[in-house]
Amino acid sequence: MNIRLILNLLLATIVLAAISVWMGQQSYAWLPPQAAAESKMVDDLFSFLVALGSFIFFGVTGAIIYSILFHRASKYDYSDGPPIEGNVTLEIVWTAIPILLVFWIAGISYQTYERMATHGPMEIVHLHVPGMEEAYAVAIEDTIDPDESIEVRARQWAWEFRYPDGVTSTELHLPVNQRVHLNLISEDVIHGFYVPAFRLKQDIIPDRTIDFEFTPVREGRYRLRDSQYSGTYFATMQTDVVVESEDAYESWLADASGHPPAESFNQAADEYYQASQKSVIPGWKTIAPAPAPIVNYPTSIKDSQS
Amino acid sequence: MTNVPVETLNETQQPVPGAPNNWRRFFSFSTDHKVIGIQYIVTSFFFFLVGGLFAMIMRGELITPEADLIDRTVYNALFTMHGTVMLFLWTFPVLVGLANYLVPLMIGARDMAFPRLNAAAFWMVPVVGILLMSSFLVPGGPSQSGWWAYPPNSIQNPTGNLINGQVLWLLAVALSGVSSIMGAVNFVTTIARMRAPGMTLFRMPAFVWAVLSAQLIQLYGLPALTAGAVMLLFDITVGTSFFNPETGGNPVLYQHFFWFYSHPAVYVIILPVFGIFSEVFPTFARKPLFGYRVVAVSSILITFVSSLVWVHHMFASYTPGWMRILFMVTSMCVAVPTGVKVFAWVATIWGGKLRLDTPMLFALGGLVMFVFSGITGIMLASVPVDIHVNNTYFVVGHFHYVIYGATVLGVYAAIYYWFPKMTGKMYYEGLGKLHFWLTFIGANLNFFPMHPLGLQGMPRRVASYDPEFAFWNVLASLGAFLLGMSTLPFILNMVSSWIQGKPAPANPWRAIGLEWLVASPPPVENFEELPIVTAPPYGYGSNEPLTENLSPSNAAN
Repeated sequence: MNIRLILNLLLATIVLAAISVWMGQQSYAWLPPQAAAESKMVDDLFSFLVALGSFIFFGVTGAIIYSILFHRASKYDYSDGPPIEGNVTLEIVWTAIPILLVFWIAGISYQTYERMATHGPMEIVHLHVPGMEEAYAVAIEDTIDPDESIEVRARQWAWEFRYPDGVTSTELHLPVNQRVHLNLISEDVIHGFYVPAFRLKQDIIPDRTIDFEFTPVREGRYRLRDSQYSGTYFATMQTDVVVESEDAYESWLADASGHPPAESFNQAADEYYQASQKSVIPGWKTIAPAPAPIVNYPTSIKDSQS
Repeated sequence: MTNVPVETLNETQQPVPGAPNNWRRFFSFSTDHKVIGIQYIVTSFFFFLVGGLFAMIMRGELITPEADLIDRTVYNALFTMHGTVMLFLWTFPVLVGLANYLVPLMIGARDMAFPRLNAAAFWMVPVVGILLMSSFLVPGGPSQSGWWAYPPNSIQNPTGNLINGQVLWLLAVALSGVSSIMGAVNFVTTIARMRAPGMTLFRMPAFVWAVLSAQLIQLYGLPALTAGAVMLLFDITVGTSFFNPETGGNPVLYQHFFWFYSHPAVYVIILPVFGIFSEVFPTFARKPLFGYRVVAVSSILITFVSSLVWVHHMFASYTPGWMRILFMVTSMCVAVPTGVKVFAWVATIWGGKLRLDTPMLFALGGLVMFVFSGITGIMLASVPVDIHVNNTYFVVGHFHYVIYGATVLGVYAAIYYWFPKMTGKMYYEGLGKLHFWLTFIGANLNFFPMHPLGLQGMPRRVASYDPEFAFWNVLASLGAFLLGMSTLPFILNMVSSWIQGKPAPANPWRAIGLEWLVASPPPVENFEELPIVTAPPYGYGSNEPLTENLSPSNAAN
């Protein structure tokens, strides 16, 4: 290796590193607002992966483009290139580097996941040690105070939320800066609880109640979407999550509890009804949507059609 | 060839008595691996166009936020069929077709180990296609539960009929699995038992290593998928409760069955493409494949690692934390053998004497897109990032960079590269280059926008979306239409070249490999005399003869 080659490599590495760090910084702008404490952790991890990935991507494609530009055979040159079949040192180095990188990435991802501590399916369902089931059951019940949690009910194709004091709604209201505990329940098929602004997602499996925890940190209105394909009107299964101050949340609860339950607008039910009114239905038969939820705080047509 | 009597020609060209010796042989139950290979390739390309048409209708729907072009049920059926057709009737068969054509030639065999089994495996493919397409005609239409067919959604049967789209879908998938297992048995046996004298394992081309690795995955993985499909079929038709939660079944169990095969399936697809890259780069860079032994062994390593990654599709499902972490680490480990391969290809290209003929362009384009998909793949393996982008368009983008970017471009590279060998005709270079640029630009325009869409939180499989996602969706749709158009110069090129192209020499690329030592197209039994192999592959620049008894000069040309 001559000095010139080493300097060139060094220069290329520095330029590449600078571009990669810049890409990592940019990556925050590609994501929705950070509305939950967990989203900051995920974004930092994503930014790290973007920086590392950019380094590899631009490094590899740079080498390919350099070869295309400068290592072309001239028109009448039919000779072969140098018969280099391998280089043991080089091959060991470029096997070792990915191994180290992979464990580094896995380590950082693991730490992030631990800090998020969103619960999710906590049961040790895959380890049925005889005689131990009861112990697990007790441990799980200890960690959950059902009075404090909001019940999220998903069905084809509606979201319904039940608050500890009996209030029901079709949009999810949450107090800001407080750890919330949800009980996720599906009434038919698998659905997915997904708020992009929170960077959180959890499948809801029928016949199971799944505990889910996180901390909203930014007031505002965000979209909750079904993330696991759930049938014909899957795309319409969206609603709003409203993160508001403790006071606003309490007064909303108090206000909602005064409302008599009323039917909420439901796009799936609405579309299904309109399609059944037509004499010629262009699509195929579908299972009927669940009736529109009857709740204390129904979302209006205007709100749910964003 | 003109002075060979017709009777002799018939005898030598077609071992099955009475079988035709013209274009009609491609419609017969031929047992010649080369005919079967081309049957696979042409049949699968037909379904590629069908699946592409479905995709373009879907992208037409998604060009506006509202569900206004087609009914939601039609949309759901289209994305289900798009995924199914593209995987089971395009990528698997086209790669099996290439392997069918090339493996016996590359290892110096006269045919596959079980020629009749080979033909039977192929003829199941059109049956699978007819089964799937017929589901458009039954009441209720085709399956609408996505190509994953997760229960309980896939168990719901609004028509109440026993014969419905979902049942036909499951029958087709199970049959396709049977066909692939038959193929896998044949490939593994052929590679293990039929190699020419002197063709040791470390003298096999990297493509053969890749096919062997891929087919081993089929052997251990497909039984799981087929079992899952059959159990689901029982749940739907006779009301068993394997997966149906209403009767005590466990829908997550299905996910394990499904992904135990369907993630490794991606390696069944991508490994032969790695093999194609490993053949094309040395030829057009005029250099030996860098680190050939490591590249070969890393294929087998991928086979092993891929059996331990399936749960990364279920991080957001009913998967406890410890399992998420465990499978995160194993999934990321795939990056090691794959990374080794990528570095080896770059080192092969580096310092070579590059010629950018169409096969090389497609291989380079495929490699660049593959590197991109590898990086997003690591992001998806990382549990916290995956929890955000799982089931969004980010995954769709990643997947299409692997499947279209790397695989389809790699398949095109292979078809152009071996087209002279298969047909005895040269293709038109200009049309080939036009095809490459339309494909490369179209694919990136189509699939890159899916990444920002996913990061912003657009779920996959939606027929309508919030207006904030409109910009990137319009770009993706334009890319999809461009990609659809890009197949036209390809079809034109292939058809016209085959009919009236310039005759191809035995070895138009001056490539090293047994298949280039026989005439183009090769005679029925490939080698009059089996070659005696004396050197490892890829001896570019070293002037080492590959065989003792065959050389390009005495090939029947």
